[in-house]
Amino acid sequence: MHIPDGFLDAPTSVAAGAVAAVGVAVALRKAGDELDEKTAPMAGLVAAFIFAVQMLNFPVGAGTSGHLLGGALAAVLVGPWTAILCMSVVLLTQSLLFADGGITALGSNITLMGIVTVIVGWVVVKTVTRLASNSTRAVVVGAFLAALISVPVASVAFVGLYEVGGTANIPLGSLIAAMVGWHVLIGLGEAVITGLTVSSVLAVRPDLVYAARHLLAQRDLTIRSTSASEVTP
Amino acid sequence: MNPKFTTKTFAIIAVLVCLALAGIVSYYAAGSPDGLNRVAIDKGFDKKERDHAAKDSPLAGYGAKGVDNERLSGGVAGVAGVLVVLVAAGGLGYVVRRKGHDEASEDHETTKA
Repeated sequence: MHIPDGFLDAPTSVAAGAVAAVGVAVALRKAGDELDEKTAPMAGLVAAFIFAVQMLNFPVGAGTSGHLLGGALAAVLVGPWTAILCMSVVLLTQSLLFADGGITALGSNITLMGIVTVIVGWVVVKTVTRLASNSTRAVVVGAFLAALISVPVASVAFVGLYEVGGTANIPLGSLIAAMVGWHVLIGLGEAVITGLTVSSVLAVRPDLVYAARHLLAQRDLTIRSTSASEVTP
Repeated sequence: MNPKFTTKTFAIIAVLVCLALAGIVSYYAAGSPDGLNRVAIDKGFDKKERDHAAKDSPLAGYGAKGVDNERLSGGVAGVAGVLVVLVAAGGLGYVVRRKGHDEASEDHETTKA
């Protein structure tokens, strides 16, 4: 979904750049709450993994492909604020070194793929883990749904930007239909990759999955309260 | 904490997976336009795309300039990208992390072990 230079006009690009700058600035302040000595390397690993998997376009229909965006995956693994930083590093590297995603469109790309997908993904995974019985399976299901939903939502956000400052006149209805249609399919692929990745990390190091940390803390609390009640009477 | 997967072991395996995906598997990725490019072509606004300012950079388009073998060129570009992103985001993680010992997670590690 990398927007190239020339799709959006200058005022829209500048406005999206301002949104991205504010988002990254807030993330820089808040990410410290999510990262400690043990989990700090996860920021690098998650960003590197997303860069690598973004290279792996999978076919989604006749002559069309898609790749993981990764915002939902990053949010689940390292927390939403760190995820925004990871996605911004990936998108900045892709634009400057690989000419993927326009330089004037960098703010738009960070806003859509680095902030919208992360926020949507985080809200979905938190909702699922809160509603479902607290289990690591709920984190996997939540991650799957977070990815599935975040991709089409980002495509709708692109249509929003394009309506405000697109450089060609495209009827809104047909643009939404086409963008959402393809990105539901891409989201399905992203959901599978995200679910598999999160369940793999949960299998070996559940403590490194940010969205599963509350489960581990709770487990400890349960053990303590049991032993306490045995002692009291 | 899983004793077989110390944080160091986990990190080494993760980096190797990233390098293999970007350096080797990426060669087999689909080359067709992605969702946005497909829509742009179908709706006719792909012609609005301007040349990228970095189109002549050594790694533009996920290929290493001067490497003729297509598989090798893409592989080198992928490996370079993984390393750049790993160092940049990992460095950022270290800069913004909460300093000092985290009592909660230390406590937790001993409980799990």
